[in-house]
Amino acid sequence: MRRGWFLPIAATLGFAFLYLPIISLVVFSFNESKLVTVWSGFSTKWYGELFADEQMLGAAWLSLRIAFFSASFALVLGTLCAVALVRFKRFRGRTVLAGTVSAPLVMPDVITGLALLLLFVGMESTLGWPAGRGIVTIIIAHTTFCMAYITVVVQSRLSDLDLSLEEAAMDLGATPFRVFFDITLPIIAPALVSGWLLGFTLSLDDLVIASFVSGPGSSTLPMVIFSKIKLGVSPDVNALATIIIGVVALGVVAATIIGLRGSSKVKRA
Amino acid sequence: MTLTGNQLPPPRRLRPWSGLERRLRDVGISGRTLVIAAPAIWLTVFFLVPLFVVFGISLATKQFGRPPYSPLLTTEGGTVQLTLHLSNYLKLFTDPLYVAAYLSSIRIALIATIITLFIGYPMAYAIARAPDKWRNILLMLVILPFWTSFLLRVYALSGFMRGNGVINQILAVFGIEPLVMMQTDFAVYVGIVYTYLPFMILPLYTTLVKLDTSLLEASADLGSRPWQTFLSVTLPLSLPGIIAGSMLVFIPAIGEFVIPSLLGGPETLMIGRVLWDEFFGATNWPRAAAVAVAMLVVVVIPILLLQKAQDAVVEKGK
Repeated sequence: MRRGWFLPIAATLGFAFLYLPIISLVVFSFNESKLVTVWSGFSTKWYGELFADEQMLGAAWLSLRIAFFSASFALVLGTLCAVALVRFKRFRGRTVLAGTVSAPLVMPDVITGLALLLLFVGMESTLGWPAGRGIVTIIIAHTTFCMAYITVVVQSRLSDLDLSLEEAAMDLGATPFRVFFDITLPIIAPALVSGWLLGFTLSLDDLVIASFVSGPGSSTLPMVIFSKIKLGVSPDVNALATIIIGVVALGVVAATIIGLRGSSKVKRA
Repeated sequence: MTLTGNQLPPPRRLRPWSGLERRLRDVGISGRTLVIAAPAIWLTVFFLVPLFVVFGISLATKQFGRPPYSPLLTTEGGTVQLTLHLSNYLKLFTDPLYVAAYLSSIRIALIATIITLFIGYPMAYAIARAPDKWRNILLMLVILPFWTSFLLRVYALSGFMRGNGVINQILAVFGIEPLVMMQTDFAVYVGIVYTYLPFMILPLYTTLVKLDTSLLEASADLGSRPWQTFLSVTLPLSLPGIIAGSMLVFIPAIGEFVIPSLLGGPETLMIGRVLWDEFFGATNWPRAAAVAVAMLVVVVIPILLLQKAQDAVVEKGK
């Protein structure tokens, strides 16, 4: 096939569009001046300022805890859901379950947030639980939408899975319980890891839903960042963004390398 | 003695969960039921029921107190009275603010989706046609921004486009007057395209990478020009990817709040922002609920379209 010049140029421009703003954000986090767009010398003082900001650190700690629990609960529920959808071809309500689990993926955040808040308020006045809103209500809300993403990730891995391995184990007398933990789980483990990480980052990133379902005194990191950048530019947000982007980039690059090694091993075997 | 085919025991029907099933059946539930029930109950309680609650509250009116809306059911002297207010919905149709906000949300989301498609399609195609060793790296470069904070990417973009931002500094080098980009609808378009581009590229890539290249060669052999081949072979075959990608951008863009509030101007009217202001600003929860119900009506057809297209993408991917 003839290779034209159009595709490479389009792709290069596209990637430039995706990356230039992020690169400039990282560069200006090391800027001396408070103006985040005018270069006036190298400095790491915004990082110092960031780590002295009690409010920011408190919010970060809260967000990390919420993300950890939401991703973990969502991993269990999402894996069960994926198993149900891939392994059980026919059961009552399968289409409803399949539709419901993927709906939070695209549901506008404002609707999800408002709906859950109204549910929590209604439950509080009729059942007396949850008393007030805060970390628990945010974890429930995040679990629900993280679960949708994890189901998709695990589902695609499960449907690629070679059934004959499980069948062989069954023929050799393994109980289904053992088959799941000894055969299925190790094979889908990479999907579980990436699903959990995806849930963790999504929870860490959510502003809109958390704003609805959080209570007084439980401001998550995105809520603090949002109110800061609403007021104008602040270089310590650049510093924070640089740290987050650095961690994510390291993680994704490492995962890609491990993934490539894994797939080349499979090819060799 | 030799075993012939018909002497072999019939193959056992494999039911992967039967053992767990047996164990749990003793307690009265089957393992299968448990696996299905746990996520199903969670989604019912925390996803489906809340949507009905929103609908219910949208029929109440604002009142002072906790919670700040009128009860739907009241008991007075032994009679239960159901009070439904349609005023919120009437307001949605009569107040030009709401109608304008819906129309402008749809317009902004639609235009942004089309721009994203035009930028994303060549990128997805380029990645799908790239040499093997490049393909994974390029895919990783598409996915990487998706993992970094959405909010921070919008912030990065605002630093790029503001009055003394990078773009205007580059323009200044060439002696071009600074452009006003921030707080305009233009900035909102750029914001949506920028943040949702990976959602467009991934499903497109999935359909394009599976494209049978022999079809393209056949088309070329039969004398088609490259653009004719593209229009008559590539484009129709990648249609599921186009629909899935477009819906993945269009649906969340309609309800977008962060982008219009950080990049758009005060006159950028989007329904997600109206809902937010109604709830947090005016604390009119029933009105916000009615806005949400109306938004749901707008996105329900795109959501169904998306699910159909996604099934097709998955089928093609096999």
